[in-house]
Amino acid sequence: MLLAQLSEAAGISGQEAEVRALIRSEITPYVDEIRVDPIGNLIAVKRGRKGDRRVMLAAHMDEVGLMVVGIDADGLLHVEAAGGVDPRVLVSKLVYVGADRRPGVIGSKPIHLLKAEDMDRATDMDSLYVDIGARNKEDAEKLVKLGDQIVFATRCEPLGEGFLKGKAMDDRVGCYAIIEALKKQHDFDLVGAFTVQEEVGLRGAGVAAYRVKPDLALVLEGTTAHDLTETPEHGYSTVPGRGPAIVYRDASWVGDRRIVDRLIQTAEAAGVPYQIKRTVTGGTDAGRIGPTESGVPVAVMSMPCRYIHSPVSVICADDLNNYVKLAGLFLDSLDERGLPV
Amino acid sequence: MKDLVKKLSQGFGPSGSEDQIRSIIRSEVEQYADEIRVDAMGNLICRVAPKAAASGSAPKRIMVDAHMDEIGIVVSYIDDKGFVRFSPVGGLSPHVLLGQKVVFADGTVGVFGTEKLDDIKDLKFDKMFIDIGARDRAEAQAKVGIGDAAAMVGSFADMGVRVSGKAMDDRIACLVLIEAMRRARPQVHEVYYVFAVQEELGLRGARTAAYGINPDVGIAVDVTLWGDTPEHAPFNVSLGGGAAIKAKDASLIAHPAVKNLMIDAAEKNGIPYQLEVLERGGTDAGAIALTREGVPSGTISVPCRYVHTPAEMVDMGDVDACVRLLTAVVEELASPGGGGIL
Amino acid sequence: MDTKQALMHLADARGVTGYESPAWDVVNGLFADLVDEIRRDPLGSAVMWKKGAAKEPPAAIMFAAHLDEIGMIVSKIEDEGFLRIWMMGGVDRRILPSMEVTVHGRRDLPGVIGAIPPHLQDPSKKDKSWKWDELLVDCGMSADKLRELVRVGDVISFDRRAVGLANDRIAGKSMDDRAGIAVMYEAARELQRLAHECDVYFVATVQEEVGYGGSITSTFGVMPDIGIAIDVGHASMPGLPEHQVMKMGAGPAISFGPHVHPHVFQKLKETAEERGVKYQLEPGTNPRGTDAYAMQMTRSGVATGLISVPLRYMHTSVETLALDDVKKSGQLLAYFASAVDSRFREGLTCF
Repeated sequence: MLLAQLSEAAGISGQEAEVRALIRSEITPYVDEIRVDPIGNLIAVKRGRKGDRRVMLAAHMDEVGLMVVGIDADGLLHVEAAGGVDPRVLVSKLVYVGADRRPGVIGSKPIHLLKAEDMDRATDMDSLYVDIGARNKEDAEKLVKLGDQIVFATRCEPLGEGFLKGKAMDDRVGCYAIIEALKKQHDFDLVGAFTVQEEVGLRGAGVAAYRVKPDLALVLEGTTAHDLTETPEHGYSTVPGRGPAIVYRDASWVGDRRIVDRLIQTAEAAGVPYQIKRTVTGGTDAGRIGPTESGVPVAVMSMPCRYIHSPVSVICADDLNNYVKLAGLFLDSLDERGLPV
Repeated sequence: MKDLVKKLSQGFGPSGSEDQIRSIIRSEVEQYADEIRVDAMGNLICRVAPKAAASGSAPKRIMVDAHMDEIGIVVSYIDDKGFVRFSPVGGLSPHVLLGQKVVFADGTVGVFGTEKLDDIKDLKFDKMFIDIGARDRAEAQAKVGIGDAAAMVGSFADMGVRVSGKAMDDRIACLVLIEAMRRARPQVHEVYYVFAVQEELGLRGARTAAYGINPDVGIAVDVTLWGDTPEHAPFNVSLGGGAAIKAKDASLIAHPAVKNLMIDAAEKNGIPYQLEVLERGGTDAGAIALTREGVPSGTISVPCRYVHTPAEMVDMGDVDACVRLLTAVVEELASPGGGGIL
Repeated sequence: MDTKQALMHLADARGVTGYESPAWDVVNGLFADLVDEIRRDPLGSAVMWKKGAAKEPPAAIMFAAHLDEIGMIVSKIEDEGFLRIWMMGGVDRRILPSMEVTVHGRRDLPGVIGAIPPHLQDPSKKDKSWKWDELLVDCGMSADKLRELVRVGDVISFDRRAVGLANDRIAGKSMDDRAGIAVMYEAARELQRLAHECDVYFVATVQEEVGYGGSITSTFGVMPDIGIAIDVGHASMPGLPEHQVMKMGAGPAISFGPHVHPHVFQKLKETAEERGVKYQLEPGTNPRGTDAYAMQMTRSGVATGLISVPLRYMHTSVETLALDDVKKSGQLLAYFASAVDSRFREGLTCF
């Protein structure tokens, strides 16, 4: 299944090659032009029947992970976080290192040898190691190298009733939605911008927007769903099962109201469930697309994901279907009613 | 002039929802501009043409900027009893909200309340809510929705030489621009007066407006802090000390030529001024300076006490000094000599 | 002028961020005979162009090192004749007590940031570093005299002349990033005798220390195919884990990470190996902290690289480096420039 392939593909910020190749092979039959820009964004153009306006969908290819920054005398790998990874979620996990996907583990001191107060203290990144089973430094250097990416070894599989688990739902769900959208012909030129390096500061999207110069853009993202028992209801950002989240504003950008209104109207007319994202935290590629040149009208639609930025995220399958569906209906509305900008 | 200060101060325009204040400003400036447009982000851009073109060459572009938006809140959730949860818009501190009111675009008023706190130091936005007087969710939803923005309620007070009210940041600077637009006569270069959106969210409107205009020099007008109340941290600016000329803040090192031009214009015209180094805080000039290949930029500030509260206070003498200084600087830049910069 | 003299001359120049002109004068003097054209852009970055041999539109490489140094600014003049100060760029206030400085007013004035003698200190506070509010510059003048010569907004630089230590190691202020400019100087001198197809832009950027303003705007103007930033990196010293630092004397550190184009990294590494230039690697996931960060995202994107000269005690007035690292870095860049052609440029979008 395509989403599972996307979820399991490896691509930390700056090393998105595997994800890019997968996306490229999926979209080639449906688009007229594919190019990769100097920083690695994959930009695909599907020309429209009229081609008088240009709409850009954006999703980022990179995921949060780690990078090898040192190899010590024992052959253990020192690591740095690539993107916002909480060091506390790393202990006792299985990872893959480098292009060969060499398995490694992030171990921890056995409980028997810990003092009581050690248990309360979170481990920090400097004291975490990845063990690939090497005997010593020389041995390790034959197997991996400095700069190799490290991703979580999570399989993407169904969970419980109607849920899916996997890594990198942020933002492989967005990539998935764009791939689906590129299959349909519209009057306007449709550009799929699969961006790089969002997780280390939204670095790809502005560069892509500068090149594409769209009339309108929609960012397809994954966002926090924090509906757990311990959280008061007003602290939920989004809730799985209530549909894709339309975002009025977040920390990086205020969504163009005309696009937001059109998304809501489209959802209501078609009876597609949707929710409004409640918190204004978090940044997305819209924060770089919006300020491009003299301004690009842009808004964000997000998939609710529990446990974002950790080795295992959880999404609701119905939400995924409605997310893809609403994106498609929105694009159709641009044909039927014109662009709202 | 105080009537206009009151009108601008009380206009509704939290960052990202500036429609109402834009209309108010537009009706004030229409008569002075040769050309007006609103760009993709909602910035109001007014062009004033020069009296005559510079001999042979195209006129250079001077960009003058003040921001229309004010800090406020945005609704994030309405609970089943009709209480409204919110997030801040711009640099708001929770302590400033205690005992205060907000007003929505349609005039609905809300009052801030807090959950039980063991210690006032624990006060955070997520422990607060807004009470619009609704008895349940349905009644509340009839008036406000998730995503709606509200501004602080802070009535205008005429205290004589000084006035106070909400949003002097940055409506007092909008007034300075309007007055300069009325008075300044550019000789050979064009002047773009920009009333920008979303400054409080990170200088967002000025950035795109500047890209579109592609100016040769940029001047922002904003408010700055004060140093002259009891036991205040040392700061070189006092109310009544005149127009504040910026040397540095967290967003910008004022271009030395622009800063010196401002100082010279103040001295030549007998305008009281004070020099300003602001540790934290920035203005739209910071965004204008980094547009395209770079734009020499500076800032003129109106000293303002109690910034980012509902009762910001300015001195009308300082306002007058800023108007005169901006007018002199614009005319100097738009003269055939280009102020030595153009 | 040889590289050592150039480096020390550059380090001694006073170019506080936003007020780089005195440092620019030194740069102009050094590069004028080595390039074809020099211009300063609207914010003051110096763009120095050396034409390549290629006939058809050549690939363009931009080397960038920042011209500005950290310093202070006068924020208030007190009636007792002392100057209040604030930082220009990331100044660690712990280095300031007993620092000798120069106040750039109507003329350059020597000043001292005093320290309260131990005898008069409050014993409960003696473990805390002084706050900015407590650090005052003493120029030895009355307030009246001071106000004739100094204004709020005048900048202040550290008063330090570079000094040679053992093993051709050199200590001084502003090695961050005059060392980078010296690297470009060495590269420009090498390129007098090496053939190169591509156009080379040596850019001394302004205001890197306060948010890369100069590299954002100068890159917009030049819009190169390849942009290589030259900065300084943390060299090993007690208290820092080995995997976070570089070794002094082990040559330039070639960076790898999201802020670096993989082919540019490969080419730098291969060039170093082919030409026998010793080098070290600096992998990292955080793209911030150097001009490369800004260059990469300009307009429709630039393929970037970053090399760093190992440096101890960064952002103090005794920054220490090995001269040999500066020379090797310069040579590496010159060899790199002579190896880049339009075919390499075409390959940049093959990821």
